[in-house]
Amino acid sequence: MILSLKNTFSQIGDATLFAKRFFKEVFIPPYEAKEFLKQCYIIGYKSLPLVAITGFIMGLVLTLQSRPTLVKFGAESWLPGMVALSLIREIAPVITALICAGKISSGIGAELGSMKVTEQIDAMEVSAINPYNYLVVTRILACTLMVPILVFFADAVGIIGGYVGINIHGDVNFHRYLTQIIQSLAFLDVIPATIKTFFFGFFIGMIGCYKGFTAANGTESVGRAANSAVVTASLSIFIIDMVAVQITDLFF
Amino acid sequence: MVKEEKNIEPKSKEKKQTPIIEIKDLHKTFGKDNTILKGVNLTVNKGEDLVILGRSGSGKSVTIKCIVGLIEPDKGEITVFGENVLNLSKNDLNAIRVKIGFLFQSGALYDSMSVRENLAFTLRAHKRDLSEDEVENDVLEALESVGLADAIDKMPSELSGGMRKRIGLARTLILKPEIILYDEPTTGLDTITSREISELILDIKHKQKTSSIIITHDMACAKMTADRIMVLKDGVIHAEGTYEELEKDEDEWVRSFFE
Repeated sequence: MILSLKNTFSQIGDATLFAKRFFKEVFIPPYEAKEFLKQCYIIGYKSLPLVAITGFIMGLVLTLQSRPTLVKFGAESWLPGMVALSLIREIAPVITALICAGKISSGIGAELGSMKVTEQIDAMEVSAINPYNYLVVTRILACTLMVPILVFFADAVGIIGGYVGINIHGDVNFHRYLTQIIQSLAFLDVIPATIKTFFFGFFIGMIGCYKGFTAANGTESVGRAANSAVVTASLSIFIIDMVAVQITDLFF
Repeated sequence: MVKEEKNIEPKSKEKKQTPIIEIKDLHKTFGKDNTILKGVNLTVNKGEDLVILGRSGSGKSVTIKCIVGLIEPDKGEITVFGENVLNLSKNDLNAIRVKIGFLFQSGALYDSMSVRENLAFTLRAHKRDLSEDEVENDVLEALESVGLADAIDKMPSELSGGMRKRIGLARTLILKPEIILYDEPTTGLDTITSREISELILDIKHKQKTSSIIITHDMACAKMTADRIMVLKDGVIHAEGTYEELEKDEDEWVRSFFE
C-alpha cells in the first residue's frame, strides 16, 4: 500500500517535470510546423465522425430523458435552453474529452511507447534530433488546440440532436428552437466551459506522451502505456472538471 | 591475448595511431546491484574497425550506448574526437553525435515514414537550407551506397530484416559520419545477407574512411571486418588482439567464440 502510494507520487512528480519541460521546449526552435499540422489533422479531423455521433446522441438522449419531467411541471418550453446549457457547460466538454482520452491519449501512448521499444526515439536522439520537440511538443500543442474545437463541434451537433429529440414528440421550428437557445445562453456560460477544454486537451496530450515516452522496454509495456494513458487521462479530466466548476462557482 | 591488467596496449599495434574514441574505467550498474560494466578500457584509432565480442548481457551494447550519451555511466571517462562526452552540454554533445552514426540492431526505422522520408527527415534536421532537389539527391546517393535505391518509396513494414538494416545504415551515412557504431548488424539474418552486410561495412570503411565499433556474435562478420577484437567478460575487457591471435588464444573461453 505504502509502496503503491510512493509510486503514485513518484509518477506525479515525473509527469510534472515532463510537463515543465514542455513549457521550456515549446519556445525553442526548430518549430516543427509540418508535424504539428499533421497531428492536428490526426487528432482533430480524424476524430470528427466519432465526436459527431457521440454529440448527436448526447443531445437526442438528453432531450428525450428530460422532456417527461419538464412536461410534468408544464415547462416544456424550457427544454431547448436546458439542453443547450447542459451540453455547453458540462456534458459536451466532459464527454468529448473522455472520448478523446480513449482515442487520442491511448493512441499517442501506444505510438510513442512502440517507438521507444523499437529504439526509434533513441535513433532520433543519436541523430542529434530532439525527440521531445518533434514528438511531444507537437502532439501536446495539437491536443490543446484541437480538443476545444472538437468540443465546439460536439456542442453544435448535440444541439441538432436536441432539435431532432424535441421533434419526435412535437413540432418545433428550427429557427424558433435556435432563438430559444440563444436567449437562454449567457456569455459566462460559454467562457469557463471553453477555458477548461484547453486544460482537458493539454492533459490528454501530455499524459499520452508521458506514458508513451517513459514506457519500459518490451512489447508488453506498449499495451500498458496505452491503457494507463486512458485511465490517467480520464481521471484527470474529472479532477480538472471538478476544480473548474468550483472556480467558476466562486467567481461567477 | 588474455589481459592481466586493464590497460594493456594492443599487441597488434604496429605504427603510431590517432585515438578517435577512448574509454577509461567505465562503470555502469542498473538498479541496485545489476553491475554490467566494471571498468572497461578501450581505444579505437582513426580508420580502425574494432569488434567487441562477449556473451549476451555482458555490456557490449551498454558500452556503445554510453559513447553516444544514450546511457549515462556511473563512473569513467569517454573521449570522442578529444572531448570528454560526459561533461558536454546538450548542444555540444549533439555536435559530436552528428559525426557518429549508430546502426541499431533492429534498424530502428521510423515506422510512420517511408524510406525517403526516413532519410530526408534526418538530413533536413541538420541542413535546413537544402533545397528539395538537393535533399532528394543526397537521399538517392545514400540509398545507392547500400544498394537499395529501388526501395525509396517503400514503408518500413514492407522491408525484410536485411533491407531494414541497410536502410538504417543509409540513414546513418546520409550525415557522413566519421565514426559508425554497429549494434549487432547481422543478428537475425541468413548467412548470405549477413555476408552482404559485412561486405557493406568494409565497403563503407574504405570509401568513407570511417572508424567503427562493431558488436557482433557473428564470427564470419568479425573475421571480415575486424582490425582488432576485444572480448568482454564480467564487465571488463578480458582479451584483445587480432582475429588470428585470439583464435589461438591460450584461454579456452576466448577460443570458444572462434570454434
